[in-house]
Amino acid sequence: MSTTTTTAPATTAAPPSRWQRFRDSFLFYSFKRDLVAQLSMLVFLLMIAAAVFAPWLASMNPYDLAQIDILASELPPFWVDGSDPMYVMGTDAQGRDLLSTILHGLRVSLIIGFGAVILQATLGVCFGLLAGYMGGRIDAFLMRVADIQLSFSTLMVAIIVGALVKAIFGGATFSDYAVWLLVLIIGLAEWPQYARTVRASVLAEKSREYVDAARVMGLRSRRIMFRHILPNTLSPIFVISTVQVANAIISEAALSFLGLGMPETHPSLGSLIKSGFDYIQSGSWWITLIPGLVLVVVVLVINLLGDWLRDVLNPRLYKG
Amino acid sequence: MMTATAASHRAPADDQQPAESLLEIRGLEKRFSLSGDFLEQLKFRRGRIVREQAHVHAINGVDLTVQRGEALCVVGESGCGKSTVARTVMGLLRPTAGEIHYDGERIDHLESRALLPWRKRMQMIFQNPYASLNPRMTIQQTLEEPIRLHNASWTPQQVRDKVAEVMTDVGIAPDWGSRYGHEFSGGQRQRIAIARALAVDPEFIVADEPISALDVSIQAQVLNLLMEAQQERNLTYLFITHDLAVVEHFGTRVAVMYLGRVCEVAPTATLFARPRHPYTQALMSAIPRLEDDRPQHLRLTGEVPTPVNLPSGCVFHGRCPAANERCRREVPRLIATDDGGQVACHGVEEGRLS
Amino acid sequence: MALLEVNNLDVRFALRQGDVRALRDVCFSLDRGERLGIVGESGAGKSVAAFSLLNLIARPGYIAGGSINFDGHELTSMSDRALRKIRGHRISMIFQDPMMTLNPVLTIGEQMIECLKAHRRISSREARAISLRKLEQVQIPSPDKRLDHYPHELSGGMRQRIIIAIALLLDPDIIIADEPTTALDVTIQAEIMALLLELCEKHNVALILITHDLGVVSQVTQRMLVMYAGRVIEQGPTREIINDPQPPYTQGLMNALPQMATPGSRLNQIRGSMPSLNKLPSGCAFHPRCDFATRPEGELRPACVDQVPQFVDSGNCQVACHMVAEMQQAERIPVEEKQ
Repeated sequence: MSTTTTTAPATTAAPPSRWQRFRDSFLFYSFKRDLVAQLSMLVFLLMIAAAVFAPWLASMNPYDLAQIDILASELPPFWVDGSDPMYVMGTDAQGRDLLSTILHGLRVSLIIGFGAVILQATLGVCFGLLAGYMGGRIDAFLMRVADIQLSFSTLMVAIIVGALVKAIFGGATFSDYAVWLLVLIIGLAEWPQYARTVRASVLAEKSREYVDAARVMGLRSRRIMFRHILPNTLSPIFVISTVQVANAIISEAALSFLGLGMPETHPSLGSLIKSGFDYIQSGSWWITLIPGLVLVVVVLVINLLGDWLRDVLNPRLYKG
Repeated sequence: MMTATAASHRAPADDQQPAESLLEIRGLEKRFSLSGDFLEQLKFRRGRIVREQAHVHAINGVDLTVQRGEALCVVGESGCGKSTVARTVMGLLRPTAGEIHYDGERIDHLESRALLPWRKRMQMIFQNPYASLNPRMTIQQTLEEPIRLHNASWTPQQVRDKVAEVMTDVGIAPDWGSRYGHEFSGGQRQRIAIARALAVDPEFIVADEPISALDVSIQAQVLNLLMEAQQERNLTYLFITHDLAVVEHFGTRVAVMYLGRVCEVAPTATLFARPRHPYTQALMSAIPRLEDDRPQHLRLTGEVPTPVNLPSGCVFHGRCPAANERCRREVPRLIATDDGGQVACHGVEEGRLS
Repeated sequence: MALLEVNNLDVRFALRQGDVRALRDVCFSLDRGERLGIVGESGAGKSVAAFSLLNLIARPGYIAGGSINFDGHELTSMSDRALRKIRGHRISMIFQDPMMTLNPVLTIGEQMIECLKAHRRISSREARAISLRKLEQVQIPSPDKRLDHYPHELSGGMRQRIIIAIALLLDPDIIIADEPTTALDVTIQAEIMALLLELCEKHNVALILITHDLGVVSQVTQRMLVMYAGRVIEQGPTREIINDPQPPYTQGLMNALPQMATPGSRLNQIRGSMPSLNKLPSGCAFHPRCDFATRPEGELRPACVDQVPQFVDSGNCQVACHMVAEMQQAERIPVEEKQ
């Protein structure tokens, strides 16, 4: 085809690297212009860092009974009279340093939040892809299952399962595996959120011609689903992931508050709030309030980031 | 170059030898359900629960033969089923009834795994170049995928060489492989889509409105590319379009469709010189021409019926100026005409229409 | 004086990379009852031109300069309120997609009556009578029944007829039609165009027809503009431009049509593609694709690369092209030498 002139895009520079693409992207551009998103990101990263480095940041190990001084219980934080300079945020009813306990609690809460979301996302994405791409009976079946699952509230399922496990295996076993049990319960209860979102975007993508092109090529369904369709449905998955992490953290806190979550010996933010709740009347408000504030801030920044991400990735608002 | 193309391009139509047929479509029908899944089909009527289903009759008994080396153009207006024919031929849709034979073997009932050897021989080009490239894949990845799939034994270097070769063939510089589809213009993307179809060296290409979404000056580029590819690779085309000017230029033979039926098939020159079916005549007179002194177009009366409730008899009778009682009652069949075409019209058959 | 006069219209879009100039120095005029075609490929700015006439360009687009004079009123400086009186009333628009104008939850009749009552003080009964008459004019069968239908109950061709009826409702002076038949089939397109032409002639309404289809322009309009990359590059009587296009771009556009070549032969393509508006080539924006701009030896003509071509008169047409200007000069010099 000698007569056809070779054409190329107008610019003649080398193709941009991944980093360059990211820097030129609308995502990065809008992040640079959005102060709220930047602040939220900063706080969020600080929280993550605090949780990851909790064993090194905390002045004492709240799980180690040997370090706990029962005489130093219910000491107020530093700005209140009667505080001990050793315990900046005061101590709880068992004499644990509250700051250290919060750092470890944050770690537990975030592990459960992310762990549950990874489980939800894996299940939800697979089922959503399958339902959307295969259609027909598989779709009808999976979506009915999702409907049924959604009609039970997460908390109700968790309470029943938690209570059953506690009754059958006893409190001690429950405490040992509490983190993974909570991840499992919250993860299993909320997969339909993902499945529905993924299915909706799979249906939209499926009608686009690149999917037909892949079918005409003779590719197998699995490859089309995971290699062609999935990468194009990532935007909504990211958006709901942020909301779901926040939800999972809240669910865990609620369960712990009801006594079905993390045990007080291995507290999350939720069980810290619960453990301090009994002492509000006796004037030790900080044991509940400070972990409560931390929880609110974590959930808030995650939700703010999620909002920002949704605005940016929404194709209808997106005009690049 | 120009004259050579012209001569070879017209060859299959000019010699009257019955050419070898590559694709045969017999009695093809395709219905789409409008009623959703089983639960949604249940309706409450006069105190009883009944199952109701409405269907879109996209194609109703289409017979077509594509001969090796020709470019068969299928024209018609939106909703006439021309794209459904293309997609059924490519196995993207399963026909409700009828058979598709490729090179003598029946392929319409095959599972996708069994169809794989045929996939290498027949490829498709789509209408919308903005949607037919995966936005998350680079051009290199897009083009490597079919080559790897159909040539499992090739080394990575062989695959890369092949990609560079097809990219050069369609006029895209091979060093642009690491870019994504959205970095190219519409015409360039369509070239890449053509490269993807050519990458497995097919012998038959179904092109579904490949130039409709492009600008006039780019349409010419892509049409030229398709014609060059046909010449150099000895391709056979099934070319779906609504643009009669393109058909006249590109097609060896033309099939005119209306509401899921073929109403006329003829060699291009014959059809344009003497359209027989009243619908073909109306269609041809409706093309806006550049000349000033064209005859007034034939105005059709009536509305286009929907493919949900098909009219009885000839589907065109509601808009046809020459329709009579028989047309309203009886479905016309394709009959051979004296000038090498086929037409499905009672009027022509009876000699009422010329 | 012309009914509509557009001078040096300059429209920009404020994007994050900076301003993108969608229209530059667009000038044209339209007389009462005249039919003008605006032709160009996608990205040429023809739709932006139409939308900016009524100040309908959505943000981040804005009119950066120039004037639009309609019957003595300057539209660019007019308040939104005053503009709304002209919009739909004296200048109405027909869009490519009828559903852009029709509200899916109101019946045809409700929409037409609402539109009439918004601009005139009349009773609902009078408004209904006028609506009926307009539907009859656009040859809709059983118009009284159609008034009570919802838009989705009608076919595409029928919807576009309704749109024409709505456009004619208030007896406008100008109808701007933006690709009115692109979404329709050929046979329906021919009917709609014939109808539009007939009604414009009958009621002495001026028409601005925006399209990429040279065939449609050639049959409907009296004068035409050819646009490329935001500029007008040729304007004049439609027949003259169609029969004898002057700048290489218009020639190329015409020659690229399959009907201009012998069947089966290679089409005369224009190489390359339309530049994007934020990366416009210098000088004449067409020069990278233009055969004239490249000398036989392969180098580019400096004039085409450096200077934006100015309009020169050529017959009844005005052309912005260095080639046409140079050819005219070459003709003029021998004449002067003789004298």
